[in-house]
Amino acid sequence: MRRALALAAPPLLVVALLLGGWQWFVTVNDVRPQVLPSPLRVVEQGWEFRDVIWANTVPTLQVTAVGFAVSLVLGWALAILVDFSPWLRRALVPLLVASQTLPIIAIAPLLIIWFGFGLLPKVVVIALVTFFPIAIGLIEGFASTDREASNLLRSMGGGRWKEFRYVRLPGAMPYFFTALRIGITYAVTGAIFAEYVGARAGLGIFMNLQKNSFRTDLVLAAVVVTATISVVLFGLTYLVQRLVIPWHAKERRRA
Amino acid sequence: MREVRVEGLAKTYGTLPVLADVSLRAAPGDFISIIGPSGCGKSTLFNILAGLAAPDAGQVLVDGAPAEGRTFGYMPQKDLLFPWRTILDNAALGLEVAGMRRRAARDRARPLFEPFGLAGFERAHPFELSGGMRQRAALLRTVVQDREVLLLDEPFGALDSLTRTGMQEWLEGVRARFGWTVLLITHDIREAVFLSDRVVVLGPRPARVRRVVEIALPRPRTVEMVTCPGFAAAEAELLAALREPAVEPGLREPDPREPAQQEPELREPDGEVHAGPDRSGRP
Ligand SMILES: Nc1ncnc2c1ncn2[C@@H]1O[C@H](COP(=O)(O)OP(=O)(O)O)[C@@H](O)[C@H]1O
Ligand SMILES: [Mg+2]
Repeated sequence: MRRALALAAPPLLVVALLLGGWQWFVTVNDVRPQVLPSPLRVVEQGWEFRDVIWANTVPTLQVTAVGFAVSLVLGWALAILVDFSPWLRRALVPLLVASQTLPIIAIAPLLIIWFGFGLLPKVVVIALVTFFPIAIGLIEGFASTDREASNLLRSMGGGRWKEFRYVRLPGAMPYFFTALRIGITYAVTGAIFAEYVGARAGLGIFMNLQKNSFRTDLVLAAVVVTATISVVLFGLTYLVQRLVIPWHAKERRRA
Repeated sequence: MREVRVEGLAKTYGTLPVLADVSLRAAPGDFISIIGPSGCGKSTLFNILAGLAAPDAGQVLVDGAPAEGRTFGYMPQKDLLFPWRTILDNAALGLEVAGMRRRAARDRARPLFEPFGLAGFERAHPFELSGGMRQRAALLRTVVQDREVLLLDEPFGALDSLTRTGMQEWLEGVRARFGWTVLLITHDIREAVFLSDRVVVLGPRPARVRRVVEIALPRPRTVEMVTCPGFAAAEAELLAALREPAVEPGLREPDPREPAQQEPELREPDGEVHAGPDRSGRP
């Protein structure tokens, strides 16, 4: 707990200074809130409209969860397939890299034309942006296995499956959690982006609408909520990591 | 326990001949050391015995019949203890891989912790152990599989010399107690003499057997013997066999990828480089 506080203190201090400066700037120059609302106004208006913001937060969370879950399942499935088949590795990994060059900004509107305003186009966008780090992280994690560790397993009479289960899989877990952290932050921004392009509800579409009616303060309030979601999810991955691979932190502290 | 014979093994990796002609014989309870220059193919020999690589020629016979999968227990050069497993679970790994339930495998491994000097460390993780303890844990993991012959690839190579001497004495004791049959690769002539009934000297790559030296010292071996004349004579004979120039100097083309074969060093850990990148991602 003390350690967490020590970690959080410096960035919080920087944020406090920035907010103070911002507040001061807006007050002294009497900037119009449509252009730049003061931090206090953002908080005040955000609180005022908390019901609407919350009503738009829930769909975003749902979309993020579903999209990221789909991405995880696909990422794991693909990484395992690729680990067992060198041919599939050669066939699929270049495609995976190519998928990252797709300009999401151009594709997202098309997805809405094809799939409508429902869950599906958003899930596709999130999967497109998060699937890659997860699959690549796992593939590299499996491949990072010491060849001599594989030999040891074989000398014990283990086949390819046992090698995977006893060496490759546990050895890849630290890689997976690194990939998970990258993926989860992409997932939230991916969801916002997909909603921004078109949705019935969600923080993305909320920001878009408020922007159009010059409610800059509410746009920023939604930004704050989004950032909070990202940070909380990011922190959660550490918690899950602690539970799943408790040995990792202990080993690192020794080294 | 049966007699193991290795006959005329040869192995070439790509265009690199590694083993030319290696034969050995191990009777039950034998302790045989294998000594030879760095990179001469010692680990390759063990890989073949452990069934990890197929020889190009030659065979491994157990009581006259070709060896099957479960003859050799293999302890690789690195300890390869998995950081995600406790020492007890690392020790039980071979049994689990062989299909035993985790509980039963642990119960089988647990009684060995006392003679291996690991009592109390069952639930520790590998990174909490000293170098010597890690090697003993790796040996325990090998021994508990109950194979007929133990293949120990430079088990003490990475230890400091004081720890190493202690480990050698300890190994001499437990080996006698459990009656293991051991093939040991080492770079350390003194270690070979101290522990072995016989020392097989391999020549530079591609390896063939140069000399087999019988060590006639009585058992159990003690540190005091290191200074006795018989011990020194055996050391001198091994050193001479290692230093001998190659038997067929004209036959071996110089390998352009490497400078001349190194002289073996007395107490240097194995510094050879395996082909392919080192892919150990873990510290
Ligand atoms: N799997 C492999 N593929 C190609 N070359 C190998 C392989 N294993 C070992 N070698 C090469 O064979 C030679 C002997 O290696 P090794 O048996 O490890 O020697 P050492 O006597 O030091 O244990 C080295 O030059 C090494 O690079
Ligand atoms: Mg070696």
